[in-house]
Amino acid sequence: MCTLCNFVQSTIGRKILMALTGLVLVLFVMGHMLGNLQIFLGPDVINGYAYKLHHLLPASALWAVRLVLLGTIAVHLWAAVTLTLDNRKARPQGYLEDKVVQASYSSRTMRMSGIILLAFIIFHIAHFTVRIVPGKQYEEFGVLENTMVPLVKDGEVVMKNGHEIMTFNVNDMMVLGFEVWWVSAFYIIATGLLCMHLTHGFSSMFQSLGLRNGLWRKRLDRVALAYGWIVFLGFAIIPISVMTGFLEKDPTGGLALQITETVAIIGVI
Amino acid sequence: MEKTMDLTLKVWRQKSANSMGAFETYAVKDVSEGSSFLEMLDTLSEDLVEKGKEPVAFDHDCREGICGSCSMTINGIPHGPEKATTACQLHMRHFHDGQTITIEPWRAKPFPVIKDLVVDRSPLDRIIQSGGFITSRAGSAVDANAIPISKATADYAMDAAACIGCGACVAACPNASAMLFTGAKVSHMNSLPQGKVEKDRRTLAMVTTMDGEGFGGCTNIGECEAACPKSISLDMIAHLNRDYATAQVKNFFKPVA
Repeated sequence: MCTLCNFVQSTIGRKILMALTGLVLVLFVMGHMLGNLQIFLGPDVINGYAYKLHHLLPASALWAVRLVLLGTIAVHLWAAVTLTLDNRKARPQGYLEDKVVQASYSSRTMRMSGIILLAFIIFHIAHFTVRIVPGKQYEEFGVLENTMVPLVKDGEVVMKNGHEIMTFNVNDMMVLGFEVWWVSAFYIIATGLLCMHLTHGFSSMFQSLGLRNGLWRKRLDRVALAYGWIVFLGFAIIPISVMTGFLEKDPTGGLALQITETVAIIGVI
Repeated sequence: MEKTMDLTLKVWRQKSANSMGAFETYAVKDVSEGSSFLEMLDTLSEDLVEKGKEPVAFDHDCREGICGSCSMTINGIPHGPEKATTACQLHMRHFHDGQTITIEPWRAKPFPVIKDLVVDRSPLDRIIQSGGFITSRAGSAVDANAIPISKATADYAMDAAACIGCGACVAACPNASAMLFTGAKVSHMNSLPQGKVEKDRRTLAMVTTMDGEGFGGCTNIGECEAACPKSISLDMIAHLNRDYATAQVKNFFKPVA
């Protein structure tokens, strides 16, 4: 067997892959959360941020990033599934009395939280990226005739070749999406599970990479707990803010600064 | 006057490796709280023999907590409820009158039951055989102090060497993983100068044997450390992971075997 296959097929090798892919996902989740929180800075900012994400890199590079992220999830999932099957095989007969001495609830439910998170990721991509969730397509709401709004930077409409650059109205998409109570509930529950998954996973990845000892285990466990909660609160606050009416649709429909009215509106302000 | 207690025992009985096993319930009376768990089982066995029944088979040897023979899961915890205590060193004063105690063998695919509470733990021996040795000069013994070893290293290696190979880590792990055992052996030998020479080869060989024997993988939940009668730390598993990753990287570029 080739050395690399040997490594990847060993239990420790798969755990190392799990840790490395976990690290990518842990960092992605924080970046995603910080990006999302810009919705509190106003519709222009979150719409501008979404435009930047789509146009900072050429389309091919954007797809490369997406595929790397999906591949990371695939490897994480593959390692989890194959290891779980091996682990089940290693204990064909269980105990009559099965006691847990100290293992945390989140550490023992990683597979369940992981499976639900996978379902959530699929829903989330269908909901806000591909926008094909039946009955929840932003365009179907018919609130705005045009889901595209002019790109605004520093309070001014960005012009290119004498035309406004139009961008997708992410602000209204998020607000309208989260006004559906069960969608918001699913997002809040899923980010709660993400918090649980991270409170074990964040510290566990250091153990799998061999970068932990008794002292650092205690510290990393605390960091993991904090990280999990920060991610949970950072994500959950958006659907909560929409449900409580703190975050609203752009009242002007994103057209406040449309070029023909720019002068008049700036005058009013 | 010494207190005594009456207990109900639910014990796993299995005639042989190939026969079906089942739990049998026994009543034991007047158990002295000063007796050890194994002495309590001896009482039960004497009672069974008197009645013309088969005594309960269980592994035991030193009865002073250093041989690692007494393998049994007591009320769901390998070696019973006391921290850092083998079943033979577990005293009946930790139980109370009228209590029902469930006694089961280690449960793991690589540890098939031979009889009652006795399991075959030779997979652990095969892990040792694949890398738990050092190559040294034969002939007259080297002076003990010929190779200077720092106090910190000696202490760490000693902590790892405290592993008695009882298999409680495998029994406690929901994945029946032998990572704590293998981790202790690897940490012990890889941290000392005598063992460093074959560090990479040893690590790869022992992990390959461990996986091949059918033990599960580690999910870093720490139940092994909690059940270990010698308090082997999870640090040893981190050490194993670290040495394994390093060995695999080295092996990729230049075979270490």
